[in-house]
Amino acid sequence: MTQVTVKHLWKEFANQVVLENVNLHVGDHEFVTIVGASGCGKTTFLRMLLGVESPSRGTFLIDGEPLPDEPGPDRGIVFQRYSLFPHLTVMKNLMLGLELRDSRVFGRLFGAPRRRALERARELLDAVGLQAAADKYPAQLSGGMQQRLSIAQSVIREPKILLLDEPFGALDPGITADMHALILKLWNLNKMTIFMVTHDLQESFALGTRLLVFDKVRVDPQSPESFGATITYNIPLKGHRTSP
Amino acid sequence: MRRLINQRPGRGATAMLSMLPFVLVLCAYLFYSHARLLDKPGDKLLPAPSTIAETLHRFAFEEDERSGDYLFWTDTGASLERLTVALITSSVLGLSLGLAIGVLPYLRATIAPFVAALSLIPPLAILPILFIVVGLGELAKITLIVIGVTPVIVRDLALRTAELPGEQIIKAQTLGASTWQLVLRVVLPQLWPRLIDVLRLSLGAAWLFLIAAEAIASTEGLGYRIFLVRRYLAMDVILPYVAWITLLAFIMDWGLRLLRAKAFGWAAPQ
Repeated sequence: MTQVTVKHLWKEFANQVVLENVNLHVGDHEFVTIVGASGCGKTTFLRMLLGVESPSRGTFLIDGEPLPDEPGPDRGIVFQRYSLFPHLTVMKNLMLGLELRDSRVFGRLFGAPRRRALERARELLDAVGLQAAADKYPAQLSGGMQQRLSIAQSVIREPKILLLDEPFGALDPGITADMHALILKLWNLNKMTIFMVTHDLQESFALGTRLLVFDKVRVDPQSPESFGATITYNIPLKGHRTSP
Repeated sequence: MRRLINQRPGRGATAMLSMLPFVLVLCAYLFYSHARLLDKPGDKLLPAPSTIAETLHRFAFEEDERSGDYLFWTDTGASLERLTVALITSSVLGLSLGLAIGVLPYLRATIAPFVAALSLIPPLAILPILFIVVGLGELAKITLIVIGVTPVIVRDLALRTAELPGEQIIKAQTLGASTWQLVLRVVLPQLWPRLIDVLRLSLGAAWLFLIAAEAIASTEGLGYRIFLVRRYLAMDVILPYVAWITLLAFIMDWGLRLLRAKAFGWAAPQ
């Protein structure tokens, strides 16, 4: 059960207010889609969830605990690009999460544990349709295949929360439908909570159980940096949740 | 008529063209050597190919009267041993320091400026200090090469580490990697090909320091021999030695390039 609670959250950089007075509650197994204009703080919000930015003021709780101040295995991430390991094959990219979990000293598995990890990775590889590319390097894959791998890699540790930072933004429109089906399947399979930042309004309505719109409510034309954005719309959607 | 930038030689033409400067230099040498020797048969400046071959044969396949060594091979062995030991030492030092500086912000803040300052000291300027401190033996020569080459490797590898996309480092943490695991599974494997690159670039400097050290204090070695026979204007020794050093350097460079292509295929340019 994952609950995310945000109360009176402010985020300021040196002389710029990015987020002001953000309030939010997200329950378990939600698919939250986040839209908003460029520079309205939606990526900053995601980076706070990730643990690479910290709130300036206010409360940001995951399951009643304050936000961790560094990334960890309970929160997975899929970036738009660059998050695969170029020196590892597709299969080894997938297995890495399991190897890091089970071998603290060497980060590598041998013998029976390795075979178990291999089996688990192969299941996931089948689920994302990459079984034929298991021995290829990321640079040999198309953009869509790279994102499939990146998604599979992020869910192999079964995170409570999965963060998606415009994951399909760099892909051909033709293959996004496949990607949507894939992410919904994994979301229902793993019962995690997803936060997804996107530019595509249609996508945000199609996938989410909750749509958040980030925007500025106050604007000073003389100094646009003095007011931040907040959640202006918090819309519950039907979503594609399958009952347990 | 196409633009010059769009006119490309074919495969055969490329091979021919690449040989052309070598052939031209060789021809020029043969011509001037012949002309000088016609003028003055005992001339030492541009010895005839036959003289060079005789001398090389004597150095490589006949025992030296005084020491009983095959001088060409003892010189080559001594120089290559110094170079290899020094380059391995520099690689180990450079890789571990560069990686640590690139990964750990506290270490970076502490020693990155120090390494930057160290790298500006001209190594030859502290050669006398080395001779005073560690003596005239092998250690001084190896240390000189290490001091000359290591700072470059450290700084380059620290930069390469910092160049790894932040997304990768964050992703590894979301997969549960500790600092140690991150170094072992993500950073280090990606630095190996970089190390080979910077080693290839450092080969020239390494040879330079090796020959400088051998010229000043040594009893064998390729650089020692060249500087020894310089007194007798023995171009018939110096020229083949220089060519041999060039060939050795080329083989090392080529070997490293081959190793990179074979062992780190993922890092090949797409």
